[in-house]
Amino acid sequence: MTDVVYLDNNATTRVDPAVLEAMLPYFSDYYGNPSSMHSFGGGVGARIRAAREQLAQLIGASPEEIVFTSCGTESDSTAIHAAIESHPGKRHLVTSRVEHPAVKNLYEALSKKGFRTTFVPVDGQGRLDLDYLFESLDDDTAIVSLMWANNETGVIFPIEEVAPRVQERGIVFHTDAVQAVGKLPIDLARSAVDMLSLSGHKLHGPKGIGALYVRKGTKFAPFMIGGHQERNRRGGTENTAAIIGLGKAAELARRHLETEGTRGVSALRDRLEQDLLARVPHTRVNGDPAHRLPNTTSVAFEYVEGEAILLMLNEYGICASSGSACTSGSLEPSHVLRAMGVPFTAAHGSIRFSLSRYTTGKEVDAVLEALPPIIARLRELSPFWKKAGVEAQG
Amino acid sequence: MWEYTDKVKDHFLNPRNVGVIEDADGVGEVGSIACGDALTFYFKLDENGRIKNATFQTFGCASAIASSSALTEMVIGKNLDEVAQITNEDIAGYLGGLPKEKMHCSVMGREALEKAVACYRGEAGKKIEGEIVCECFGVTDREIERVVRENHLKTIEDVTDYVKAGGGCGKCHDRIQEIIDSVRGAPRLVPLQPRVLTNLQKIKLIEESIKREINPTLNMDAGRLELVDVDGNRVMVRLGGSCASCAKSHITLKHYVESKLRELVSPELVVEEVQ
Repeated sequence: MTDVVYLDNNATTRVDPAVLEAMLPYFSDYYGNPSSMHSFGGGVGARIRAAREQLAQLIGASPEEIVFTSCGTESDSTAIHAAIESHPGKRHLVTSRVEHPAVKNLYEALSKKGFRTTFVPVDGQGRLDLDYLFESLDDDTAIVSLMWANNETGVIFPIEEVAPRVQERGIVFHTDAVQAVGKLPIDLARSAVDMLSLSGHKLHGPKGIGALYVRKGTKFAPFMIGGHQERNRRGGTENTAAIIGLGKAAELARRHLETEGTRGVSALRDRLEQDLLARVPHTRVNGDPAHRLPNTTSVAFEYVEGEAILLMLNEYGICASSGSACTSGSLEPSHVLRAMGVPFTAAHGSIRFSLSRYTTGKEVDAVLEALPPIIARLRELSPFWKKAGVEAQG
Repeated sequence: MWEYTDKVKDHFLNPRNVGVIEDADGVGEVGSIACGDALTFYFKLDENGRIKNATFQTFGCASAIASSSALTEMVIGKNLDEVAQITNEDIAGYLGGLPKEKMHCSVMGREALEKAVACYRGEAGKKIEGEIVCECFGVTDREIERVVRENHLKTIEDVTDYVKAGGGCGKCHDRIQEIIDSVRGAPRLVPLQPRVLTNLQKIKLIEESIKREINPTLNMDAGRLELVDVDGNRVMVRLGGSCASCAKSHITLKHYVESKLRELVSPELVVEEVQ
């Protein structure tokens, strides 16, 4: 496993060994239920409080504003559900065209149930059309939900600029920050964001744990109705080990952001991107380079198809992902790239590389070595490549 | 991640017969860059009318490249009448099978082959047959009819997997369903109201039901049912094809054949298998 070149950190990340270590005692040794009256269970409750504080610190929240959930998707569903439930008269929901399926598909399902939905467009660089957004708002709007950073391109939306302008209209503002938390400094104490979703496994924590930040005073209705856990905001026995793991992961992420920042990661990403552009002709970067996550690049290799690239990279133990239709079983390439108007020639051949604090220069070198011949080989196979060459010459 | 067979992986990583034949006897071009895959297939005949050389160029995923590569291997050495028999199932079978969602890659191979042969025979440039049903992927009613018939497709999703139709905006779903119904259902036997049948009528109706309803279904699994005798309400049948050696054949008989005959002929019928 050690020789895997892992550049797919927006899909999931390696659990930090310190996170695993923090979690392990809470399976077989301290397995008590935090709701129990005895101190064997109650002790675990104290540990969960500590984890809640660790996570709150990472995003500038108060501990009581954190609701632990099972994943980012549950957090998104909870937030949108809460806004709808607590504003029963309002039937209009706003989001963008490039959201993660956790929000996109939920909006589509709600639209079939009779809600009016607005999907705000983006430009060719993946930047949100703010005029369109604000013009779409009216007294009927229950919630605006916008991702903080895009999982495919890394493009960052101006959340801090949008949130207060939505809030002043009396509309709930939610952000899916699954890709942003741990990668960007976030301070919710000085923000107008009402609710924010995050996920453990995107920041070197375990899978199966997420959280929803709910600003104090925000109207809320639980999505999972059950016991009194999470102050009646999310029923169900706590996933104790994973919560403790998420707390540790948050602490590590904060320390990392404060000390080293993201310069190391972005330097590696920039080198990968620039060298690929230099070594492979007919290549472009998707998304606004000025407003991007430090760890993500989406590179389009024209006239070849993404799944073929990924499977050839796989032969070298290189892990990346693509917006190609063929990887998902759908027939249309990524809705994100389509919304940006990326032409088909480039959308089908777009590869996302996402780095982490574990990524090494050696891994970047491995990609730079393996990829140019792979693209050349697939272009040799492609009937469009020669035609493109002729056009370029003519 | 897709579950590809070793054969698919081999043909993808080491594609055979890549390239262009400048003086080809036949060229077939299918797909487009917008659709996500495209194939250009070339062949050259020898003096006896057999394919001496076949090559391809493909833009697409691993299974599209593998299907194209397999196709070239399959046709070399064959004459044009022989290659006309090649179906998309044959191409998928040659590769040890394809994931269901990738079957359209094998259909693309078959289409390119047909176009190349048509090109050789001077039929190239012939207007696309039928009416466009799926505008997103430019698929006609004739193409859908054919793939439904040849591959015994049952749902819109199946059709999308095989020819992509319906995989875009979804506006054509009703039309695709109509085509599926008309291919599969025609002519459909209507369940009968209970009535008194003469022995001769009963036997005729059983025969007809086996021919028109039961065997077309069993054929999907390459099985076949033969009527041996009818004695009162006992219907004696023999299983052929792959059903004969199939351990599940008894279940097939009891559950499917009997219930179908009871529905279509008479509720008193009992099906028995004879050797």
